[in-house]
Amino acid sequence: MLPHPVLEVEDVAIRFGEVQALDGVSLRVNPGECIGLVGHNGAGKSTIVSVINGGLTPHRGTISGDGQSLLSYGIGIARNRGVRCVFQELSLCPNLSIIENTRIMHRNLGGFGWRAKAAAIIAKSLDLVFPNHGIDVSASVGSLSIAERQMVEIAMAFSDAGTPPRLVILDEPTSSLDAGLAAQLLAHVRRFVESGGSVLLISHILHEVLSTAGRIIVMKDGRISSERVAAAFTQATLVEAMGSVASAVEARNVTAKSTETALSLALPRGIPFAARRGEVVGFAGLGGHGQTDMLLALFEHHSSRWLPRRDPEVAFVAGDRRENGIFELWSILRNMTIAALPDLSPRGFVQAGAETGRGADWKSRIGIRTPDMNNRILSLSGGNQQKVLFARALSTRAPVVLMDDPMRGVDVGTKQEVYRIIRAEADAGRTFVWYSTEMEEMSLCDRVYVFREGAIVEGLSGEAISERAILAASFAGAAE
Amino acid sequence: MKMSSDNLRLLVPILSLLLLLAGVFYLQPRAMSYMGLNLLFNLAVPIALATIAQMLIMSVNDLDLSMGTFVSFVACVTATYLNDTPALGALILLAAIAVYAVMGVVIHLRNLPSIVVTLGMSFIWAGLAVLLLPAPGGTAPVWIRSLMTSKPPVVPMAIIASAIIAVVAHVIVMRSSFGVLIRGVGGNQRSVERAGWSIIAARGGAYALAACFAVAAGITLVGLATSADANIALRYTLLSIAGVILGGGEFTGGRVSPIGAVIGALTLTLAGSFLSFLRISPDWQIGAQGVILILVLALRLIFSGRTAKTGRSAKT
Amino acid sequence: MRAIFAKPWIWSFLAALAVWAATVAVTAGSSMQGLSQAALTFAAFSVMVGIGQMFVITLGPGNIDLSVPATMTLAGTIALKLMDTNDGMILQGLAVTLLIGVTVGVANYTLIKLLRIPPIIATLSMSFLVQSTAIWTNRGLRIKPPEFLAEFSIASTFGIPNVALIALVLSVLAWVLLHRTVYGRWIAAIGQSLPAARMAGVPVDGTRFVTYIFCAVMAALCGTLLSCFSGGAALNMGAEYLLISIAVVVIGGTAVAGGDSNVPGIWGASLFMFLVVSMLNTYGFGAGVRLIMTGLIIISVILVASGRQGGAR
Repeated sequence: MLPHPVLEVEDVAIRFGEVQALDGVSLRVNPGECIGLVGHNGAGKSTIVSVINGGLTPHRGTISGDGQSLLSYGIGIARNRGVRCVFQELSLCPNLSIIENTRIMHRNLGGFGWRAKAAAIIAKSLDLVFPNHGIDVSASVGSLSIAERQMVEIAMAFSDAGTPPRLVILDEPTSSLDAGLAAQLLAHVRRFVESGGSVLLISHILHEVLSTAGRIIVMKDGRISSERVAAAFTQATLVEAMGSVASAVEARNVTAKSTETALSLALPRGIPFAARRGEVVGFAGLGGHGQTDMLLALFEHHSSRWLPRRDPEVAFVAGDRRENGIFELWSILRNMTIAALPDLSPRGFVQAGAETGRGADWKSRIGIRTPDMNNRILSLSGGNQQKVLFARALSTRAPVVLMDDPMRGVDVGTKQEVYRIIRAEADAGRTFVWYSTEMEEMSLCDRVYVFREGAIVEGLSGEAISERAILAASFAGAAE
Repeated sequence: MKMSSDNLRLLVPILSLLLLLAGVFYLQPRAMSYMGLNLLFNLAVPIALATIAQMLIMSVNDLDLSMGTFVSFVACVTATYLNDTPALGALILLAAIAVYAVMGVVIHLRNLPSIVVTLGMSFIWAGLAVLLLPAPGGTAPVWIRSLMTSKPPVVPMAIIASAIIAVVAHVIVMRSSFGVLIRGVGGNQRSVERAGWSIIAARGGAYALAACFAVAAGITLVGLATSADANIALRYTLLSIAGVILGGGEFTGGRVSPIGAVIGALTLTLAGSFLSFLRISPDWQIGAQGVILILVLALRLIFSGRTAKTGRSAKT
Repeated sequence: MRAIFAKPWIWSFLAALAVWAATVAVTAGSSMQGLSQAALTFAAFSVMVGIGQMFVITLGPGNIDLSVPATMTLAGTIALKLMDTNDGMILQGLAVTLLIGVTVGVANYTLIKLLRIPPIIATLSMSFLVQSTAIWTNRGLRIKPPEFLAEFSIASTFGIPNVALIALVLSVLAWVLLHRTVYGRWIAAIGQSLPAARMAGVPVDGTRFVTYIFCAVMAALCGTLLSCFSGGAALNMGAEYLLISIAVVVIGGTAVAGGDSNVPGIWGASLFMFLVVSMLNTYGFGAGVRLIMTGLIIISVILVASGRQGGAR
């Protein structure tokens, strides 16, 4: 007889407004196994993780653990059962020291002399996962590098202060680690699994998943599309199971581009940046290695904080919609026209007619699904909100459009539509600078710059753009 | 030597205080005595307590605009009920602390801007204070009067009290689990919540603790002033905010320093004496305080700009 | 009709009306004319500073101008001193009022930008300097306003106090700015999300700069007008307007979190605030009860407003 699963979710469904984030997902985590979870952005991986760690209550479905059904599941219960999670975004308090963060993470660590205990616990875990890490546990988290923060987060999840970790969820744990540290982590995952622990590993780097996980689950559009033992997958069949996004789009335009430079930026180190007219330039590399900073610097250089300008040089499409994209109180129309407002406002007065016309025009051109452009922006699904942001940038007269990982959480259908629009606009002479964490999207670019530690380390163009070449450049030097 | 960011944070306030102190001693050498120091820093005790209270509120990313009226209210209670019927007075003060806790909980639950809620509360405390003491009056309880005017050997009372306040606040805010929790709420509320803590309790607790310090501020103020009136501490709202900022605290992110806050309060108190020793016309006293505030902030910018550069690559 | 009740400002007007009726009822109607006149007059001053503060608060969390009272005092003091009871100097007096507003606004935003400090502490430091300047120029003397201005500010046209008419004109101007111009869109965008506004190409610093100047100019105008109305500039005349300017914005239904402002609500709230005070006076309550009532009103309004927002999300 099989042992009871550490945790099991059955037929779980979750909706966010218009978006069906999860649609009948069942998942079973046995003790002593590592499950790989793969899928494109927006496939529902993060959502299922939130259900497992108790952060989200599903609208349908059941959760059980060790053979008993858990009716009132929540963050506290999950933690008491030994479920730990390492998130993509920072989940430590930057103003506190590593020791103090350990205190926050372990509620039962109180009492006199807790500092010494916490220091011992986190130091032990760090030594175990990342031997020779060289991190001072009394340092404040804010003073650590990204890689060090990620190491602390991971060590925190594996640390034991009374309640031992039983199921550790790692969501893109290696995104800021170099090859050596990633290897240390994966080795620890194998040790942990051998000693009876369970791990749920989410990663874009497929060979990591293939080499570490015993079982791989592929998600697509909020469902599990495929589930097999890892040995039954190869990199190619895994990519196929995920449903390649790029294949449906016509190959990149190989005809000679104009040689006129549309945008350039001198950099203190690394390869200088330049983009030509009508070109789609990709920014690749591991997340958080300076791509967004570079886009912001480009925007900063070519726009003014003080004076309004009639002829904008650049427009920006944000990836983090909530943070720097949409205006939540406003209608769809106002959200769309804000960037092009000076064009619609002779002598500073907004012409309502011209604005409505512009809105109706782009509503049909980019296919925003709404009965009325005067509805609130939040009435739209995430994908349609993103289309509004594209329309905002494209409806300006700016010759260059900067895009900061704009496809996060966007469904496949919308992506295809947007890819076509980008291609068409580029052919008409617009320049696009495109940062994306999706490898497939890089293959849509004419040229790709690979980033490492805040600088451009490689420029690839045309046929030379491949996942292998990008990964090699992202890690080059670190493996030495 | 590598300096931790916490120590660096304290450098500017300490420098500012020493600079001012040197200025005062230069202008008025007689101040360099037991009596002189006591006079210089006497009023610092209630201001330091109010500054710690404001700092606690700021450590959870809120701001208390009712600090001044609340301290005035406490002063009025101290000079009336706490003197005449101590049990009833203590009960009133406990109820006031409970109100603060409730305020913290409501602000969190309804996601209200603390500035507006405390603005409303400031009218209420002011109203209650006016009802208690329509005209200046009342009497300070004997015990607080004798405590505040006591003359311990060698070091004046005001300095000893300030040091005790700094140590107590440091232990609570920087060393205890509860202090870690409230600073954690200021730093990254989501992750504290994910670790299974009750943010409501943390915020309520921070507000209640702040109220305790503010109550102490009111009582010590009456001890010094011997009587109270409804407007006795109105400037404490602004003084306490300025004190926290001078002491290296920040408005958001849970970055606060109790020792720095006490030093900030001392600096502000000293600034007043310094200006009068400088024989600056009383017309410009307030303005000169503004200038000092601006100068210290500029000084801090220079220092923090240096640390920000070294720490920046890690930040994004 | 439903549409009217959906407006956030309607409640402040209904409340003002109710308080007005309650006060008039007590005096059996004898005070109707006088009360309405007084309410409009005193509300006008709150409206002027309130509109300026509202523009600043619309810029989003943390934006607030604490230098309003000091600016009022300084403008009133210097303008009256310059005019020196001379009717021929009125234009110069107004010009210097505007100049003071612009100067304080520029200084405020310079501090915010240069020292990278929150507006609350920048405008506070600035208010110390401004207040000192006012004390220094005033020297405790009470200079009378020019005859014409003094009479104009207490007179009425068509039964409506002149100051109320001025406030009305300024309100209409503010409304047009907010709802019909690119500038109005920009401040609403900045208030909802500064990074999003920046990335949408809004000149965020320019817009905020202008807004802080606008607020200071409104305060300066109000200060000069108030000192003409009350027969001379007093050093503490701005004091009560600090809290009032924030309170009328909140009660008037402007989103405290920024991005959504409301001109009519300022009027409702200003009338309401004045009428509550006069009602409590009529009923014989003292200053203590008045203050407590004001506090309770602010807190209940913010509680109700937050409930509304929560429902919409």
